[in-house]
Amino acid sequence: MLIAITFYLMAFTAIASAFMVVASRNPVHSVLFLILTFFSAAGLFILMGAEFIALLLVMVYVGAVAVLFLFVVMMLDVDFVELKQGFLTYIGPGMLVAGILLAEMILVGAAYFAGETKTVVPTDPNTSNLEAFGDVLYTQYAGAFEAAGLVLLVALVGAVVLTLRERKGVRTQDAVKQMSRTREEGVELVDIDPGQGLG
Amino acid sequence: MISVVQTVPDVALAATEEVNWLIWGLLKTGQVLLFVISLALLVAALVLADRKIWAAVQMRRGPNVVGAFGLLQTMADALKFFFKEIVIPAGSDKFLFILAPILGLVMAFAAWAVIPVAPGWVISDINIGVLYVLALSSLGVYGIIIGGWASNSKYPFMGALRSAAQMVSYEVSIGFIILTVIFLSGSMNLTTIVDAQGAGIWNWNMFRLNPVGEYGLWNLLLFPVMFYMGVLFFISALAETNRPPFDLPEAESELVAGYQVEYSSTPFLMFFFAEYVNIMLLSAMMTILFLGGWHAPIDIGIQFIPPFFWFFFKTAFLFFMFAMVKAIVPRYRYDQLMRLGWKVFLPTALVAVALVSTFVVAANNFGWNA
Repeated sequence: MLIAITFYLMAFTAIASAFMVVASRNPVHSVLFLILTFFSAAGLFILMGAEFIALLLVMVYVGAVAVLFLFVVMMLDVDFVELKQGFLTYIGPGMLVAGILLAEMILVGAAYFAGETKTVVPTDPNTSNLEAFGDVLYTQYAGAFEAAGLVLLVALVGAVVLTLRERKGVRTQDAVKQMSRTREEGVELVDIDPGQGLG
Repeated sequence: MISVVQTVPDVALAATEEVNWLIWGLLKTGQVLLFVISLALLVAALVLADRKIWAAVQMRRGPNVVGAFGLLQTMADALKFFFKEIVIPAGSDKFLFILAPILGLVMAFAAWAVIPVAPGWVISDINIGVLYVLALSSLGVYGIIIGGWASNSKYPFMGALRSAAQMVSYEVSIGFIILTVIFLSGSMNLTTIVDAQGAGIWNWNMFRLNPVGEYGLWNLLLFPVMFYMGVLFFISALAETNRPPFDLPEAESELVAGYQVEYSSTPFLMFFFAEYVNIMLLSAMMTILFLGGWHAPIDIGIQFIPPFFWFFFKTAFLFFMFAMVKAIVPRYRYDQLMRLGWKVFLPTALVAVALVSTFVVAANNFGWNA
């Protein structure tokens, strides 16, 4: 009863806010609705007993990715009239992507109802999520896991290479140099006679 | 229908045995109310303590007019805020403007659901309590970002941007620092982490000096790493809660008051409240992760003192440190803050993660944990 109510609440919120991501006029509102969608999805994961994935979803997507997303979108100088004008030119590719996604979802749904998919929770109910994950992640799927790590590393290095610029003549602060300064090299006492100046 | 939810046994129980549903609900509501009310009263005390400590360092008297020794000053301030007019700037996003402080306060309180303050004294003893606290503290950023953006004004917006960058940066190093503790305890359950430390200051994660404990003499190898991690956690906690010397989101000399500029009355009070609840949360987390939670600093002769006292005492002590840092250390510049987070804390924490995990694997393989 309680679980059913929670499920329908979460599922409805997820779908409604996913719709609002597309429908809302203001890009910042769109991102906030996207966050609400992530959050509801995390709630659904908890109902399935996958609390580890749920909290990872909240931490990684809501806590980090969406924050940076919001960060960028907030700084955009959005012209709402211009946004509307682009609508017709993008409708073709948009419909194509939507069609592909719909076809994929129908296929997955058909496979599920034909009984060809595996069960979602195959582990012993006495082990915690975390242990169950660790058991398969570092044994059975170790190769795929390492490969995923490698892909992320390449992305990381790529981001650094793209954004790092060496600019000449910029006076940046060197903390080590600053802290290793002593009184002798930093301060000079000049005793000037009255009326003479430094000369 | 859907089985599981094993991490929260109470929920599973309530779902299976429909009869207990109401009783369970009332019980949990009672517990939550108890936590919220005591936290609210504590915030009132802490704000005063903060100001008194600050005043003492600067050789002032601090608030001393309302009530004896100014004890009722916070109450008077809160009451004043309640009766002020809520000003919503023209051109602001009204819904988000009101939502932001509520979001911040709710997230700050919600994280306390998994904090064990004494053996068994916890609202929900879930297996991944550490992740839950991290997740909710990262959600707390939204209160500040949304508040800054919805105000439709430049200072709040700058404050929000700064705060977003700062809190996301330091969350990364906090995550790695916590990972070292998780390796040593073998669990993400906060109660298990506390129990893995035990009574006696030499058993706590920050001072691993017990030569006859879990890892024998090898324990002394861990001491320098874990002590350093404890210090890093404290400094990261300062940055995470926007406390001085890292209070750049509200640096008054640059941004007037940062994301709070346009806020008045109760919404401002909620931001203020959320900040102090978060400070207490981070103090409590440090107590649990590094200072042995509710365990006494010596394990003989003082058993009559209840465990809750020790938890409270340590958390209060950490808050005192927070207040002293505010009084003593000057504010960082923004680029210095980022350099410290990404170029100093993150690499150090990463190295510590490598060292501690190697240590634990070696201890298990060579039988050091006699």
